[in-house]
Amino acid sequence: MLSLRGISKTFGAVNALTDVDLDVEAGEVVAIVGDNGAGKSTLVKVLAGVHAADSGTIAFDSAEVQIHDPSAAIHLGIATVFQDLALCENLSVVDNLFLGRALGPWRLDQVGMEVKSWELLQQLAAKIPTVRVPVATLSGGQRQTVAIARSLLGEPRVIILDEPTAALGVAQTAEVLDLIERLRGRNLGVIMISHNMENVRAVADRIVVLRLGRNNGEFDARTVSSEALVASITGATDNVVTRRTGRLSAEADSSKDTLARRDEETK
Amino acid sequence: MSDRQSAVAVDQTDERLRQTRGVRGALGSFLRSARAGDVGPLPVIIGLLIIGTIFQSLNPIFLSSRNLVDISMDSVAVGVISLGIVCVLLVGEIDLSVGSVSGFSGAIVAVLFIRHDWNWILATLVALGVACAIGLLYGVLLTQFGMPSFVSSLSGLLAFLGLQLAILGDQGSINLPFDSKLVSFAQLDFVPPWLSYVLAALAALALFAGGYDNMSRRRRANLSSSSPQALVVRSVALLVGLELVVWYLNQGRGVGWMVVFFVALVVLFHYAFTRTGWGRSVMAVGGNVEAARRSGINVRNIYFSVFALCSLMAAVGGILAASRLASANLSSGTGDVNLNAIAAAVIGGTSLFGGRGSAFSAILGVLVIESIASGLTLLNLNSSYRFVITGLVLAIAVAIDSLARKSRASHGRA
Repeated sequence: MLSLRGISKTFGAVNALTDVDLDVEAGEVVAIVGDNGAGKSTLVKVLAGVHAADSGTIAFDSAEVQIHDPSAAIHLGIATVFQDLALCENLSVVDNLFLGRALGPWRLDQVGMEVKSWELLQQLAAKIPTVRVPVATLSGGQRQTVAIARSLLGEPRVIILDEPTAALGVAQTAEVLDLIERLRGRNLGVIMISHNMENVRAVADRIVVLRLGRNNGEFDARTVSSEALVASITGATDNVVTRRTGRLSAEADSSKDTLARRDEETK
Repeated sequence: MSDRQSAVAVDQTDERLRQTRGVRGALGSFLRSARAGDVGPLPVIIGLLIIGTIFQSLNPIFLSSRNLVDISMDSVAVGVISLGIVCVLLVGEIDLSVGSVSGFSGAIVAVLFIRHDWNWILATLVALGVACAIGLLYGVLLTQFGMPSFVSSLSGLLAFLGLQLAILGDQGSINLPFDSKLVSFAQLDFVPPWLSYVLAALAALALFAGGYDNMSRRRRANLSSSSPQALVVRSVALLVGLELVVWYLNQGRGVGWMVVFFVALVVLFHYAFTRTGWGRSVMAVGGNVEAARRSGINVRNIYFSVFALCSLMAAVGGILAASRLASANLSSGTGDVNLNAIAAAVIGGTSLFGGRGSAFSAILGVLVIESIASGLTLLNLNSSYRFVITGLVLAIAVAIDSLARKSRASHGRA
C-alpha cells in the first residue's frame, strides 16, 4: 500500500538517511528497529511531512505522491504519533484530540467533540479522569494515550507509532500492543518504531533494521532470533550484546570456580 | 457518585474525579482554581476596585457618572488597538507598531476625507485596507524571512510614523468637521436610555440562552453539565450588574454608541477565540507551534490572520482616536498610545508567553489605564506621574502573570 524507494535525507554534513526502502501493506505491522541515530525518527518525519526527503519516491496505493507538509500526510491517510507526542499543553484533551480538524469550524461542536473523545478513550481503555483539563495536568502515560487516540481520529489507513510504549506502564503497554493488533485487524498498515525487542517480536509481522541511515536487513518477526536482530542492528556478530550473553553462559558453566572467573573479568 | 442520578454522566465515571454540584460546588471549584494560580480576571478587577477607592477618596468627582462616561469614551480607541494586540500575544508574537499604524490610518482618512473630498466611508475602507496590507507584510516577514515580529514591527514603528508625517505634509494637522459622521460617532452619539437598558437585558439573556442550550445539549449527550441554578445566578448577576452600570452612565450623558461598538467587537473576538476552529488554532500556535504544524494546522495563515487583524484593529482605533479629537495631526498615535495598548492587554490578563488570554482583557486593561489617567488629571498631576504609575501597574501585572504561571505549573494546570 505504502512503499518508499531510495529515500535520502541530509542534515548539513550528516547523511541521516541514505537510499532507504520500506514497504507497508494493509493489515501488516512493520517494526523499524535500529540503534540511536539510525535514522528511524527521521524516516517517520519524512513520512509525516515534517521534513521533506532530499531524494527518493513515495508511492501510496502504487501512485507516486508528494508529502510536502503535515496536512498532505493527513489527507493521504497517514497518521503519526510522534515520540515527543506534539501536544499543546495549554489546550484541553478534547482540543488536542481535534487539533487541526475541529468539528464545526464556525461554531465549534464542543458537545459532539467531547462525546467522540470519550468514545475513543474508552475504546483505548484510557485512564483519563476528565477531558476538559489542559494536557499539562496529565501524566506521561496519559499524554501518550491522548496522542495515540488523536492519530486514530481521522480514520487513517497507515498509522505510524514512534516509540509508542516507551513511557507506558505494564498494563498500558499491553493495551497499546492489543490496540496495534486491533489496528491490523481493521486492515490498517502500522509502522512501529521501538527499542523494546520483546514488544516488537510480540506484535510485528516484519522487522526492518536501519543502521546508520541505511537498510540493514529485513526479518520475519516470527522466525528471527534475537541474536540475528541484535547483530543486524549493531552491524556485527561480535558486539557488546553477544559478548555479554557469551560471558553470562560462560559464567553459568564455570560457576564452580568463581575465583578464576573474577580473574578473567579483570582482564 | 450520586445516588439520585441513575446513570452517571460519561465524563464523571472516573472515581478520582472531584464532584461539583450546584452553586456552592461551582463557587468551590472557582476558589480552588484561583488558589492554584488560575486567577483569570480576578487581579485586574481587584485592581480596578483599589484604583476606584483611592481616587474617589482623593477627589469625589472621580466616580461621578459624568467622569465615568468620559472614561468609557476615552477608553475605546486604545481599547480597540489593545484588542488587536491580544490577537498577536495569543500566538506569542508582538506588534510594536500599532501606535504608528493607528496614527497613519487616522492621517489617511483625514487626508482623503478633507483634502481630497472623498466620502468618509471610502476613506475609511482605504485606511483599513492599507492596515491589512501592513499586517500581512509582518506575517510574510515572520514566516518567509524568519524575521522576529519584535524587530519587523519596530522598524514598522519608524517607517509608518514617517509616512504619517509625509502625507500630513507641512500643515501637520487636519481638522475633521464636527458635523461629519465620524466625529459625531466618537463624540456626540449616545444610545437612547431605553435602548441601553434593552441592550443590557439582551446581553444577559444571550448569556442565559447560550448557557441553557449548552446545558441541554450536554444533558442529551449524557455529559455532566453545570447546574441550572449556577447559570441563573450568573445570568441574573450579569443582568443586575450591566443594568446598574447603564443606569449610572445614563445619569450622565449615557452610553456612547462608540462604547457599544467596542463591547460588541470584544464579544465578537471572544466568540472567535473560544468557539471557532480559527480560535483553537490560534491558541494551539501560541501553546506549541510545532505541534500545531504537525497536526496539519496551516500555521502560516494563522500568523497572517493575527497580524492582519492586529493592524486592522490599530487602524480602527486610530480612526476613532482622530474622530474623538476631531483632528489628525503629527502627534496622533505617538507617545504612549503604543505602550498603553500593549500594557492594557497584559494588565487585562493576556499572557506575554502566548496561548493564554481573552478578548475581555482588552476592556479590563484599558479601563485600568484610562482610570489612572483620568484620576491623575483630576488631581492636576501632569503626565510624568501617569507614566510612572502606569509603568508600575504594568510591572505588577506581569509579575502576577509570571507568578500565576509558576503556581499553575506546580498545581498541574497548564
